[in-house]
Amino acid sequence: MAAALGAERLRIVAGLIRVTGDWDLAEDCVQDAVERALVRWPRDGAPDNPAAWLTTTAHRRALDVLRRRRTEAATLARVAAMSASAASAGPGGTDPYGAAYRDDVLRLLFTCCHPALPPAGRVALTLRTVAGLSTREIARAFLVTEATMGQRLLRTRQRIAHAGIALRVPEPHRLAERTAGVLAVVYLVFNEGYSGTAGDGPRDELAGQAVWLAGELARLLPADDEVHGLRALLLLQHARRAARTDAAGDLVPMQEQDRSRWDRSLIAAGLAALRTARAGGRAPGPYRLQAEIAARHATAPTAGATDWAAVVALYDELSVLQPSPVVRLNRAVAVGFRDGPAAGLTALAEVGDLPGYHLLPAVRADLLRRAGRTAAALAAYDEARALVRTATERRFLDRRVRELGGDPTWREPAATVGVRPGGA
Amino acid sequence: MKYLMLVCTDPEPDTSTEPLPDIEEWAADVVGRGKHLLGDRLRPAEDATTVRVRSGELLLTDGPFTEAKDWIAGFDVLECADLDEAVEIAARHPMARSGRLELRPFWPLGLEG
Repeated sequence: MAAALGAERLRIVAGLIRVTGDWDLAEDCVQDAVERALVRWPRDGAPDNPAAWLTTTAHRRALDVLRRRRTEAATLARVAAMSASAASAGPGGTDPYGAAYRDDVLRLLFTCCHPALPPAGRVALTLRTVAGLSTREIARAFLVTEATMGQRLLRTRQRIAHAGIALRVPEPHRLAERTAGVLAVVYLVFNEGYSGTAGDGPRDELAGQAVWLAGELARLLPADDEVHGLRALLLLQHARRAARTDAAGDLVPMQEQDRSRWDRSLIAAGLAALRTARAGGRAPGPYRLQAEIAARHATAPTAGATDWAAVVALYDELSVLQPSPVVRLNRAVAVGFRDGPAAGLTALAEVGDLPGYHLLPAVRADLLRRAGRTAAALAAYDEARALVRTATERRFLDRRVRELGGDPTWREPAATVGVRPGGA
Repeated sequence: MKYLMLVCTDPEPDTSTEPLPDIEEWAADVVGRGKHLLGDRLRPAEDATTVRVRSGELLLTDGPFTEAKDWIAGFDVLECADLDEAVEIAARHPMARSGRLELRPFWPLGLEG
């Protein structure tokens, strides 16, 4: 039921925000309606038209609250009119993917992801208002207290009001760049869940929310191939989630994952989204290229059968669009598999500075390990372990150290190793 | 909604070779559309006079109250529907390329009743 409520909740929230301008009120009224449904429907049976029931209940609640607050008559009249038109539309008349829903939700998404808002605020507001997560759930996902997250949401909403950010879809000539901004927020949410940059490893619920958001975006903005590219990328990565950790909760690198545990239906959906992205016939954007890479992995029957030549070529293409050290690092990994660890180490030398990023020494350690240079590998693992931020990743590096006969009790890396040139 | 647009210099201007937009065309457009309430160029910071009153004493200082590498070269007061509209106007100003613009929303005190 919760999943079925997603689109309906979003439609009601977006409509109430448009009409009242009050984000808190909109979210509270829908939350209240959903809670009533969760109590009443299992007891009395679901109503004939659950969507209409939720809408009516949320609107009635909003009118009650607004009347108690002695809100101006004009706002009350607008809510009442919206409520009446939703009720008269009858079953099927409130098509959750109709034009009105599309406009309301797009306005909300573009506002939540407005570039004039701080990035952390964009993420928090999108999860709260669009995905419908509670402040407590978002706080837990980002490992901050509920009070801190509440403050962040409050400040973000205040900034919308004070800076004069309007609830609207951007002008056509800004649509592509503003869409890219929305995609960046969704990708950030996914990555926070997928890599769990803080705390103890991946958080699937958060990654799942990002996959849902990407699906909504693909329905709302079907003409933008990068939307389909991002959706494909997230589906293909999310498909591997069950195989990414072992029974003990430790990370399993892709080369060692049990591919029978990859989710075939998500892979099929991801490949279909990728075909949609390609069908636009335009030059691939960064998300589509990353999805193409993910697709090479998803379709390789074994790790050894991976088409590393194609993966390296895709990273070459990606590094033209995104000339970043992280892309060059991933390319070096692929070169290491295509041409062997020595070639990988040569490619790694061209990556550049990534101050404080544990994956740079971790990749070097892995290439040295595979090249049989155990002592150098152990030193690089120490360097990586000094920078690693999640417990699961540290346990993985510890395991590698033990496999090489090293001592995984943590120690400060040698001073020369710890120096980070250009580090900030 | 009213915005004060501070026109500032920037130590790292745009390096692209595209010709800069024409300031007179910019002004004609925003004035013509009724978006521009007031605005002008300002003398450089070295010509500023900073005024303070401390314990009844008037203190004047020549120069700006903060030393900065970049300074305010001009200002405009815009009347816009929302931030996006103000951003579009700012983005077409030549100083968006050779300097930077800061949009400050008005926070009306409501003194005029």
